[in-house]
This record gives sequence, C-alpha cells and structure tokens, in this order.
Amino acid sequence: MKEILVQLEVLRYNPDTDTEAHFQRYELTCPEEWVVLDALNKVKADIDPTLNYRWSCHMAVCGSCGMMINGEPKLSCHAFLRDYEGVIRVEPLAHFPVERDLVTAPDDFMEKLKRVKPYIIPKEQKPISEGEYKQTPAQLMKFRQYSMCINCMLCYAACPEYGLTPSFIGPAALTLAHRYNIDSRDGGRKERQEVVATHEGVWECTFVGACSEVCPAHVDPASALQQMKITSSIDWIVEHLIPGGKS
Amino acid sequence: METITTDVAIIGAGGAGLRAAIALAETDPKLRIALISKVYPMRSHTCAAEGGAAGVIKPDDSFDMHFDDTVGGGDWLSDQDCVEYFIHEAPKELLQLEHWGCPWNREADGSVAVRPFGGMKKQRTWFAADKSGFHILHTLFQTSLQFPSITRYDEYYALDLLVDDGRCQGMTAMEMRSGELRQFHAKAVIIAGGGAGRMFPFSTNGAIKTGDGMAMAYRAGAPLKDMEFVQYHPTGLPNTGSLLTEACRGEGGILVNKHGRRYLADYGMGPETPVGQPQLKTMELGPRDRVSQAYWHELQKGNTVTTQWGECVLLDMRHLGEKKINERLPLVRELAQSYLGVDIVKDAVPIRPVVHYMMGGISTNTAAATPLPGLFAAGECACVSLNGANRLGSNSLVELLVFGRRAALSAIEHIRNLPTANTSALNARAAETQQRINELFSSNGTESMSGLRKEMMDTMEKNVGIYRTEEGLQEGVSKIHELRQRYQRVKLTDKSSVFNTDLFQALELGSMLDCAEAVTVGALARKESRGAHQRLDYVERDDKKFLCHTMVHHQGLDVPRVDYLDVVITKSPPGVRDYSGDHK
Repeated sequence: MKEILVQLEVLRYNPDTDTEAHFQRYELTCPEEWVVLDALNKVKADIDPTLNYRWSCHMAVCGSCGMMINGEPKLSCHAFLRDYEGVIRVEPLAHFPVERDLVTAPDDFMEKLKRVKPYIIPKEQKPISEGEYKQTPAQLMKFRQYSMCINCMLCYAACPEYGLTPSFIGPAALTLAHRYNIDSRDGGRKERQEVVATHEGVWECTFVGACSEVCPAHVDPASALQQMKITSSIDWIVEHLIPGGKS
Repeated sequence: METITTDVAIIGAGGAGLRAAIALAETDPKLRIALISKVYPMRSHTCAAEGGAAGVIKPDDSFDMHFDDTVGGGDWLSDQDCVEYFIHEAPKELLQLEHWGCPWNREADGSVAVRPFGGMKKQRTWFAADKSGFHILHTLFQTSLQFPSITRYDEYYALDLLVDDGRCQGMTAMEMRSGELRQFHAKAVIIAGGGAGRMFPFSTNGAIKTGDGMAMAYRAGAPLKDMEFVQYHPTGLPNTGSLLTEACRGEGGILVNKHGRRYLADYGMGPETPVGQPQLKTMELGPRDRVSQAYWHELQKGNTVTTQWGECVLLDMRHLGEKKINERLPLVRELAQSYLGVDIVKDAVPIRPVVHYMMGGISTNTAAATPLPGLFAAGECACVSLNGANRLGSNSLVELLVFGRRAALSAIEHIRNLPTANTSALNARAAETQQRINELFSSNGTESMSGLRKEMMDTMEKNVGIYRTEEGLQEGVSKIHELRQRYQRVKLTDKSSVFNTDLFQALELGSMLDCAEAVTVGALARKESRGAHQRLDYVERDDKKFLCHTMVHHQGLDVPRVDYLDVVITKSPPGVRDYSGDHK
C-alpha cells in the first residue's frame, strides 16, 4: 500500500484556555487510500491526544463527523486523501457554535427538527392487529429519497441563507417535514404548514442549491423545498383566489 | 453535584433505548423519562445495520419455523421460552414501526416485502433497501420527538450505577459539553448501551461501541452472560472492516476462493445451488458462524486470495445485474466503490470475516430484567438468550424493539410501591464516582492509552478469534488481566473540562478491558465447540457439560468468578444443525 505525506492544518479552540481559535499543523504519513478521518485518528492516537472531534461509523451513515475540509462541508470519513493536494485545512462545521476544536453545538438544528413534527400524524388511525397500511412501491418512491437524511448538518453549513438568517428552519428539517407530508400514511401537512410555510420556512430559501451539492446521502433538499413552495402556493391560491376555497 | 430526579433513566438512545422510552411514554404519560446517551440519538450504531429485521408475516411462514431456525442457529444455547416470546412479538413490533412511518420495501400490492437471510428457512426479513437499521433508528428517534415526557440528555457519558438497599436507583453521568458530573436518581434504570466490538482491531462496529453499559452493570454486580460468543460477520471490507450486508448473499451473491470454487460446499453447507438462485438455509445462506469458520479453513489450505489488504475470499455479485444491485444493494455498491475502489457490478469484491456482534452481555431474563433489582437491559448490551451461541442475521434489529419495549413494561411494574429512596446514601455513591474522576485527573499516569488499547486489540485478535485453543486463551486471559492492572496507571494527557475525548477514550478503554476479560475468561472455561465459540482442542459440542450459560461475576481487580446457569429447553432438544438444503 502506497504511503503518502499528509499535512493537516486543524482549527483548534479550547474554551478553558484559549481566547480565540488558532490553526495547528500536523504532518504524518498515511496510506494513500485513507480518508481525512483516518488521518485525524492517527494524530489523536500518536501525536496529539488533546485533539477533539466526533466520529463513529466510518461509513457515512451516522452523520457524526461533519467538518469543513478546505472550506467545504464534508463527512471526514468520506473525504479521501487522494482527492486533496498540499495542506488540508480542517475546520469545524460552519454556521454552528464551536464547543471545542472540531466539535460544534447542534442545538439549533435539533430544536428545528422537533418543530417540524417529523413523524407520522396518521390520516386514519388503525390498530396494529389490522396489519400494515398498504403503500405501493410508487408511493414509497415518492418520499424515500427524502427519508435518507442522516442529520449530518452539512447542508446547514453550506446554506448561505442559514448563515445570514439563523431563524431559517433550514434544508434538512424542512426536507423531513416534506418527507412526512408526501407519505401516503400521513395526514399532518396542515399542522406542519404553521412552521413550514412561513418566512422562517420554505420562503426563506432562495434556491441556491448548495444543500443538494454537499449532501452525502443524495437527499436533494433543494428539490424538496421547491416542491413545498409549489404546494404552499397552491394552498394560497385555493384560499384566496378560488371562490369558496377557504371553507 | 446537580441531582436530576426522574422515574426511569435509560442509558443509550439507539434502537433499544428509544423503543423503551416510547413504550414508557405511551404506557404512562405521567412518568418522567430521562434518555441519556453519549451521542445524539441518530449517531447510535443501530444506524449501521443494513440487511433487515425478521418477523413472521407471510402466509407460507410459521412461528414454529422461526423458532426452529433461531434455536438451531444458536446451536441450542438459546433459552426457548425467550425465543417463543420473541417470535410472537416480532411481527407486532415491525408493524408498529410501519405505522410510525418506517419506509419498508413493498410488494406491488402495497404489502410489506421480505427477503431471504442466512439461516432462515423462509423469507421473513423485512427491509428498507440496505439501510434497514438506519431507517429503524430515525423512525424511532423522530417518533420519540412527539412525547413531552421524554427528556433527552444528549452527549452525557454514563459512569456508574447507584445501588443502595440491594437495588439499582440511578446513575451518574458527565455532561460532555461542560465536564460536569450529574447524578440521576431514578426508580428504575434501563441499560441499552450497545455492544463492545471495538475491543477487537478489525470490526464493523463504530467507534462508540465500547461496552460502557455492559461494564457499568458488571461493576455494579450484575453478571455478564455468554460473553465468549463473538460473532464474525463473513463479509467485511478488508481495509476498513465496513459491513457488506448478508443481503448480498440473500439476493444471490456467491462466495468463491482463489480457484473460483464455491468453497462453502466443502464445509457442510453444500451441495452447490445454481448461481443466482439462492436457496434458503444452505450454501451462501448458511449461518454466519459456519460461513466465517469456512473462511478460516480456506486460509489454512492456502485457498485465499492475497490482496494488499491481506488474505481474502471473493464475494461475487456481478450476475445480479446493475438494476437489481441499485435497487436492493445501493449502499453496498457505494461502500465497495468508495472505500475499496471496486464496482460490484463489474468485479467480485475481496472480503474477509470481521467482528460484528456480541451474543453475550448483561444477563437478563425474558422480562428484560437483570438479577439486580431495578436494573433492566435490552439490545446488544444484554444477553436475554435469544441468540444463543450464534445470532441469525436480522434477529437483532427486532430484538431491540421487542426487548426495548419489554424492559419498559418491566420497569413500570418494578416502580410500583417502591420504598422511598435514601437520598443521602445515593449521594454518597455518587461521590464515589466524583472521587474516581478526580483521581484520574490528578494522577500522573504512565501508561499510554493508545498503547494499552492496541495491546488489548492485538491480544483479542490473536487469541480469541474464530478458532481458539487452550494455550492461546491462557495467554489471552493473563494478558488482559495484566492490562487491567496497568490501566490503573493510565495517562490522561488532556486535563480540560470541555468535550475532553482523551478522558472519554480512557473511560471507554476501561469498559472494554472489563468486557474483554469476561470474554477471555468465559472462552477459556468453555471446553467445547458451539456456535461462534470454536476450540481446536475441544472440537465437539458437549451437551453434558456445557448446555449452560457462562455467568461471569466482577471481582474488582481480581480475575472474575465464573459459574453457570442452565439453558431453558421447552420443546426442542439439542439436535444436529443441518445446512445441507435438505440433501443431508
């Protein structure tokens, strides 16, 4: 296995001792096929035990290890060293407060996720003893892509709107609202509209599309938000322009 | 130290912990529930499970067949009353998840689809593409958000159980963001902390799978059961250890050696079945223990393929075609492509067995209760004796649900009419945790943490692998025991308070060493071969001496004490495991 020299420049911040963040340089050799996370793990084990970051699955599904790599939001377990040249700059995920080093506080996302009611609000209640709700493969395919969100928050780090207007509900949470809205078992769209169809919701999105570009799970939040704008507009037309539509 | 008073504290917010929390909230909305985890719930390792979850649903299937597959698959070490309860609850739990929105794959008529899985005589594995665990976890987490009585303590590292008056009455934890200790006074505690696969160097397990829940219970006096049974999954990527789901073979993938031979036919799982037409419970759909053991024999015979990542065999899925692969195994294609550079549509992928799952864990009964009153456990951290000596793939995702819920119901039962807690006694217990952490911070340790961890991993791989011997296990036992002593002098480099992962890794290492000792001691004492525990010096199963569960009791820094508990046999006497596809 070919070994290569890797230079990492990592943003460090320890609230116990630092007044501001600073970069620290690490040099190490690694197998060429490694990812940035592997290099960080080697630094942690062999060079500097005080470096802090989150990780777990190493297969791009747990969503723990999001960070800015050369200015781009990435899962570090899925950022291959072979794709970088020269010094690799590693920083905490943009738009979130830093707890320490590469560890950011996701409180705002967690709160917003809860606000969009990301769970089935059943169209019709039925007991388990009556079996499953029928759902055809076509009905499943309608929402499945949007159910793949791993909550890694890369889309929030990429979203210029979220950077400017922190009250924006944001791509992942809105996409999950949409995922339930279009699930054939769900009847909760009206309830979610109170949060979703507002200026903190889909109307804040200016369709830059950065969310979909960085999404490691190919969820395409931008398309979910555009679909939501369309259905919200139809709601408005029905309510305001069609005679008797408000009933 | 701040005290949080609650009714039920749950440690771990993966599949089992979330299922328990929802069951508590639904059953009694007045209960106060504290859901405590060292990670945000959606980071829990349930997310990495790929293949699916088993439950009888189709007309050609039966509870008896699921029972027989599970008991035989477990080499008769499963408690049969537990299996009986499990198979009947399984479809209800999977339907419940369906009602909560889990995106199960469907048949054309809209009913739930099932797929074949290893060791199962019928197709009964419900699946959501090859991200079944991910969808189960997120469905549970998102569903849990609607219950105001569930208070989450995300990124709280659980430290010790509070035991007084002979029962468990709470726990201590550190808020990772601040480094501050908290004590939780609870009428009952449910541990759902996952497995401990990270004690091995080559594992499918995420970094968080360090056996903290198991070790907490063990230190507090609850025995660990059947820890020597460690499952190797037959098909891991040889460099990262990432799992390629058993569904690869369920969908028709085949295993070949360097001569292109489907070698499983040579190890009691033949005769060969036609390529692309997988037959249930034979060849590539044999149980994981047998398939992994066959690899070991091929390695000894020199039939493996030498790659830059070591010796491998080949998993060939090319004949499935691109369309089926994309529809059923998209994650597998992505993993092999990005981490190994192999496109499974065009090439066979090198794989080797990889540590995947602990059959053993905190000893529980069918009610998910441990021998310590007030303490319950569910999921991989528990050994409820469903899986016996070898778990069948797709039983464990259901186990999380069935026994997560059951632990909740048992906890509710337990907290009725409890005597009042002696708060000052609990405070005194909690102060012991504070003392332990203070000592770790103030001591000038000399032992390198990553050094100790590496020695532990190497010892486990060398001595407690797929095949074991008296000599190797002796070495394993004494080495792990030595490492536990040296761990008392572990060096903490980082003395900061905020998100100190040097500290958490040190604590995790302590948990893993406790668990590793239980594994090695149990393996040395079990002088037979059964399921995932294979001894080169005792090659036969010995039902006279070892039709029993190994119970390992913590003895401080001394070698643990081992005793045994009978297996519950109700209707299936120990028999021969037959994976010949009815050809005998």
